[in-house]
Amino acid sequence: MGRLLMIASVLLLLLVFLSLLIHLVPGDPVQIIMGPLASESFAATVRQEMGLDQPIPMQVLGFIAGALQGDLGNDFVSNRSVVEIIAGVLPHTMILAVSGLGLAMAIGLPLGVYAAVNANSMADRVIAAISITLITLPPYVAGLLLLLVFSVGLAWLPALGAGRLDEPLDYLLRLVQPATALALGWIGYLARLTRASMLEVLQANYIRTARSLGLSKRRVHYSYALRSAIIPVVAVLGVGLGHLLGGAIFIEVIFSRPGLGSLFYDSIATRNFPVIRGSCIVVATLFVVTNLLADLSYRFLDPRIRVEGAQ
Amino acid sequence: MSDAHASLALSGSRTDGLLRRLLRLPGPAFGLAVTLVLLFLFLFGPLVASHGFADQDISARLQGPSFAHLLGTDHLGRDLLSRLIYGVRIELFVAVPAVFGGLVLGLMLGLPAGYLGGRVDALVLVILDTLHALPTVVLALTLLALLGNSLANVVLVLAVSLAPSFARVARASVFAVKHGPYVDAERILGASTGRIMLRHVLPNIIPPLFLLMAMHLPTAIAVETGLSFLGLGVRPPTPSWGVILADGFDRVRTAPWAVIWTCLALGVTTLGCTLLGEGLRDVLDPKLAGSTR
Repeated sequence: MGRLLMIASVLLLLLVFLSLLIHLVPGDPVQIIMGPLASESFAATVRQEMGLDQPIPMQVLGFIAGALQGDLGNDFVSNRSVVEIIAGVLPHTMILAVSGLGLAMAIGLPLGVYAAVNANSMADRVIAAISITLITLPPYVAGLLLLLVFSVGLAWLPALGAGRLDEPLDYLLRLVQPATALALGWIGYLARLTRASMLEVLQANYIRTARSLGLSKRRVHYSYALRSAIIPVVAVLGVGLGHLLGGAIFIEVIFSRPGLGSLFYDSIATRNFPVIRGSCIVVATLFVVTNLLADLSYRFLDPRIRVEGAQ
Repeated sequence: MSDAHASLALSGSRTDGLLRRLLRLPGPAFGLAVTLVLLFLFLFGPLVASHGFADQDISARLQGPSFAHLLGTDHLGRDLLSRLIYGVRIELFVAVPAVFGGLVLGLMLGLPAGYLGGRVDALVLVILDTLHALPTVVLALTLLALLGNSLANVVLVLAVSLAPSFARVARASVFAVKHGPYVDAERILGASTGRIMLRHVLPNIIPPLFLLMAMHLPTAIAVETGLSFLGLGVRPPTPSWGVILADGFDRVRTAPWAVIWTCLALGVTTLGCTLLGEGLRDVLDPKLAGSTR
């Protein structure tokens, strides 16, 4: 209950912050958005459409009331609803982010387990060095390097666009580089986190018991130890999606993919304020919802949290 | 030996010990070497660079590495190595004040939240969670779109984006020290809340925050470069690494050198600074060893 109240407060404060944001612009916001050549009558229409002709408290309340009903206003350039525009590109970004996170888990978790099981070996040191290098690599550097090698140098993968969802193979081929670019940092991070968590779990009494009962190493590591070790990893996955959405801006721009990131970037470049505001709300909502889901799922994964909660 | 001499000798031997422990580990030693090179280029870059950052030679445009231009040239025939060297100044001119600004803003939120608790703490937590809900780049881009992309605004926007992280650490550190005997003693002696916070709590929570500054320096460099790459950070012709990267990206198929060298410089810098930050953390505060991001 307390957590839900916190989420509601965060989203409410965010809506207030975003509705007031335009007043940070030094001077007349409409003039700055439209440029000095915009006619007075057009500026007046835009001002009215954005609700800027009303007193500030009314603007805030109007925006919050609209957002709660799923109305984020209209884009005055294309005259379409912001929700409709975002809904059109969001699937591409979600596919990108989920593929990136999935790839990171598929590679990062086994790497972390292997490093923990072979702690202090040469392999562990190599994995540690690769992990820290990947963690510190900004996503746009990863994207540019992949583009240089696989599209420009080897010409193995298409560089631009997302393709069409009704042509799955082409879509998948175009997804490989962007998803890998987003995943690289998280592969390193998850490997490191899993290693640390596994090392702790491998010391536990129940693991020693499982080993002494003669269970195979594979079963002890993956069925018993990883199940406990994965709990802190799941906890960061919620935050991970938020980070990936931030990185998606660069990746979508570099690979010319449609998506929330490139929509946000385009609207920043044209100062299309209703779309900037709408994108921010969607990103923040996704972030708090995935955090909540991660929270709930690790309660489910760890019986101790469930028991403490019940008590 | 006088007290001053004794304390000087003690701090000297501590520094020696710290340096020795850092150099014993390959990661932090590499990080220290990278940081020293960056500092050297920051101070003496113009003396080292063979060309000015804006010197153009159109007849030598988009060339690969050669003796005349060790890393090649860009689309205006400017020497890439010289531009990258001058770029170190821009990166540090932005990143260091941004991280310091983040520390100050973070303290303004985290110190009263931790010390006063109650409603102030709850309010600050909601503000921090709200700022945290927007990825750093999204928040920074939104603010830059509204404020305009000058060098000062990039610093301000980065400071705001980094502040929540400092505020959280400051808040947690205040919890650990606010019931210390020296704080209780000051309270009994009738010291004001402001005085206790600034004179007695603040000095005791600074060390972990300085460490966090070192850890956030590569983040600030990476975000600034990213913003400039998108055309919303430092403006051309200022040789920010992001500007060099953006220029190179436009011609990546025909002349990839600008992208390759800038990615390499950025990769080595963020890796080196992170390894040094982690090394310092492990040596100075072993309790935090192993925590990442």
